[in-house]
Amino acid sequence: MSIAYYPGCTIKVSAPEHELAALAVMRALGLDLHEMREWNCCGVVHSLATDNLIRHMAPVRVFARLQQQGEREVVTLCDMCFNTLARANQVARRQPEQMDAIKATSGDELNYDGSAEVLHLLQILRDRVGMAAIKARVRQPLHNLRVYPYYGCKLLRPTEVGLDDPEAPTVLGDLMAALGATVVEGNLQTRCCGAYHVVNRENLVAERVAATTAQARANGANVIVLSCPLCHFNLATRQSTPGNALPVLYYTQLMGLAFGLPPATLGLPDATALFEEALPTAQHAQAVPMCTKGER
Amino acid sequence: MTTSIRIGNGRNELLQKVEALSGQHLANCYQCGTCAAGCPFHQAMDLLPDALIQHVRLGLPGILERQTFWICAGCDTCSDRCPRGLDIARIMEALRQICLREGGDHPALTQLERADLGALPPIALVASMRRNSG
Repeated sequence: MSIAYYPGCTIKVSAPEHELAALAVMRALGLDLHEMREWNCCGVVHSLATDNLIRHMAPVRVFARLQQQGEREVVTLCDMCFNTLARANQVARRQPEQMDAIKATSGDELNYDGSAEVLHLLQILRDRVGMAAIKARVRQPLHNLRVYPYYGCKLLRPTEVGLDDPEAPTVLGDLMAALGATVVEGNLQTRCCGAYHVVNRENLVAERVAATTAQARANGANVIVLSCPLCHFNLATRQSTPGNALPVLYYTQLMGLAFGLPPATLGLPDATALFEEALPTAQHAQAVPMCTKGER
Repeated sequence: MTTSIRIGNGRNELLQKVEALSGQHLANCYQCGTCAAGCPFHQAMDLLPDALIQHVRLGLPGILERQTFWICAGCDTCSDRCPRGLDIARIMEALRQICLREGGDHPALTQLERADLGALPPIALVASMRRNSG
């Protein structure tokens, strides 16, 4: 089975490890993701003003290209791309006259009828592959990891496009449990990380990151797992405890480790301090007694 | 400080613009404060979201000088939880757009060093740019 894949800018520029790991684990599960041709930036944030039609043009161009390429479904890894594409798709379905305007503006080049389906990779894993099949593929259960799943905003809200219960999501936790990890919960898992404020209001991001990582630690986590490249950037680079930061990894990377794939193929440089902090025991979970590093 | 309010006397132009740009009917707000209670950034705001809505409805002065709608990151927690179905993130966007369209864009990117530009993920830069341009 092969599904069209929309990477988005940040996956290519700032989070290639997420793509590397995603493609590797999907191959291991017998699913192929083929990158769609001629994709462009999705616009990142959905246009919230009623009269700002031009800002829907970027995601609509992606859909028009997809349709021209004979594809109906498209999967993405990035939470912001997922959210922006899914919300633009809603506009296409609910306000077809806006699509007519975009078509006219583009000289009839961008013709989109709202028929595409936008999927996040987590939906493919949960709803098509299934947690049982993922569990069956595990070769090195992550018994020594106590994982704090961080959801952030764009996977969950607004509810009409979110892929899980916005107040009590379970998809990342269920996935981590299927990999053999212990799941650590907390009420900040669904709170915004500060997002783009990292550009010029860093204090807002620093405060959110401090609270979230403090909760993860207090509840016993030794690693944070997430999906969004912007949450990853903020949580990984804005912790105020250099040298003692909680490792932040993509769920695809932990899946790859549990599947027994070599760390280098998951974008996990095996010499970094972050890596050594939490994962050595997981890598050798079958060979090493469980009460070693991870349980200090 | 005493502020005089003339309710129902004259047009509330800002309210009309906010409602037109957001598609939201601000009279629907019953001031329960759910938006403020769930906002991850309420401590940094100079007016909580429910109070901001009330200021717009009453036509109080100084609304466009407030920081609240710039601090809103559009996480949609308030919009998702509002018991009156108001999409508060759209109200914040409307206020940003009014400022930007009347006062000009002020993209934060122009103040960044080259090294920062290279280090920040594109989604942070594009999102910031979009929130700070009309």
